[in-house]
Amino acid sequence: MNFLIMITLRELYKNYTTPQGTITALHNINLHVSPGEIFGIIGRSGAGKSSLIRCVNLLEQPSSGQVIVNGQDLTVLETADLRHARRKIGMIFQHFNLLSSRTVYDNVAFSLELANQKKEAMDEIILPLLELTGLSDKKNHYPAQLSGGQKQRVAIARALASSPHVLLCDEATSALDPETTNSILHLLKDIRDRLNLTILLITHEMSVIKACCDRVGILEKGHLIEENEVGEFFAYPKTDIAKNFIFSSLPQTLPPAIQEYVLATEKPNTHPVMRLQLLPSTATQPIIALLISQFGWRINILQGNMEYVKKHAMGVMLVAIDGEKSQLQNGMAYLKKIGINAEIIGHVPNDIIPFA
Amino acid sequence: MSQTISFLLLEATLETLYMVIVASLIATLVGLPLGILLYLTRKGNIIERPALHQTLAIIINMTRSVPFIILMIAVIPMTRLIVGTSIGTNAAIVPLSLAAIPFIARVVESALLEINKGLIEAALAMGATPWQIIRKVLIPEAFPSIINGLTLTVISLVGYSAMAGAVGGGGLGDLAIRYGYQRFDPGVMVITIVIMIALVQIMQSTGDWLVKKFKHFRN
Repeated sequence: MNFLIMITLRELYKNYTTPQGTITALHNINLHVSPGEIFGIIGRSGAGKSSLIRCVNLLEQPSSGQVIVNGQDLTVLETADLRHARRKIGMIFQHFNLLSSRTVYDNVAFSLELANQKKEAMDEIILPLLELTGLSDKKNHYPAQLSGGQKQRVAIARALASSPHVLLCDEATSALDPETTNSILHLLKDIRDRLNLTILLITHEMSVIKACCDRVGILEKGHLIEENEVGEFFAYPKTDIAKNFIFSSLPQTLPPAIQEYVLATEKPNTHPVMRLQLLPSTATQPIIALLISQFGWRINILQGNMEYVKKHAMGVMLVAIDGEKSQLQNGMAYLKKIGINAEIIGHVPNDIIPFA
Repeated sequence: MSQTISFLLLEATLETLYMVIVASLIATLVGLPLGILLYLTRKGNIIERPALHQTLAIIINMTRSVPFIILMIAVIPMTRLIVGTSIGTNAAIVPLSLAAIPFIARVVESALLEINKGLIEAALAMGATPWQIIRKVLIPEAFPSIINGLTLTVISLVGYSAMAGAVGGGGLGDLAIRYGYQRFDPGVMVITIVIMIALVQIMQSTGDWLVKKFKHFRN
């Protein structure tokens, strides 16, 4: 048994048979998650995220490959043993999946009842969990009386009741508003720190990865195409899809009030509008000053966003430029050389963005 | 109204209640598990058995397509076998139960179909057995809808029981036909109708009250 690894997926494949033929939802997935780690898998819809997380507790049977959780290969277990193993793998869902006929307390008690826990011993487990998730005063409420964030807290308390080693989060914050999302992600981190729980989550939002993950994997068309420590991932993304995801949380377009004047092609008395995408490797350099002094660009900043992931800065900047054509090209070639993605996204008339 | 008629009305009401209650109980005892089985054996469900599901569905549809008055006569040999006679309230319970079983099975199945599949998935993820899922998830979650359906069934049985009365089954229907129709006594006819209306009202109110008591979502 290897105690340094909590979850191992080895050569995992998942195929679905449809009338149109076989679809491979997961293609040779190899993944290790260490104990106490929060591992996030990001992917677009249809990338196979749901299949992947459902293979970890065998809600979906992999077509081939191994799923090893806490040293136990789940794929070879008999039904009864699998049920037993599942009690040590908590799971929370996008739509919470609480029992509407039960109160908050009884919903948490549900997972204990399944393990035939004695009623008298339940208070001892449930009350501290309600305290931890901030639901002590909602004990006797029914799910219909709770907000989305509170429902997810109940689901978390329910998942923790059987003291699992692992918590699987299936788009757990996708149905919540940004503020509630943050509080839930904060809670997950808090739980990990207190209980040394291993968390595997799937999401389509980069902000979730940024907010709480230690490591991240990108799933694209059933392939795990990139995997890294979160800071490294933002600093040195390897694939274009990774870069797209990184910048996806920053505004990429002009505000509508300006955008409506932007022309697709160059006309007399217009200036090019450029989008600069700055990765951590370049974001801290004085790029703007450099462009002005070395290439004589006159730069009008239309929109700018910088963000930090751990100690790494990254950003997207939209600028209008005035300068000689040849110098514009030289400048863009220079940006390309130092690894900044610069792209002309339109042309803005002089009377909208004047260069005095 | 003479005392004899009053006595007859009371007796007939009790007979109707007896037929309806016993038939409802029997039909629920058989129909509820049948409905659950129908649901569980559906494609994509936890005990997926498409062939079994299809067979059950066909049998249920066949029973439901026979009008009650014909079913009642068609099953007379079976009634004789079970009760020993084909006349009287006890005999009427056999076709009444038979007519209600498939109805309840379908009502239960459709109540279960309303449950969010995510709940079953969550229970499976927590290591629930199929039996635990039935007992702790399916029945409690579908309970208000099931009660609604059972109320509907019981009320239909009041009507069916009157039909059974017409062919010697006893109860209010029997009384209405013999005294109200054949002896031209509109008084008896009106009173039996009033009693039936009262019975249905009470049953519906009780059902509604139960649903309200067990339903914990208002939106």
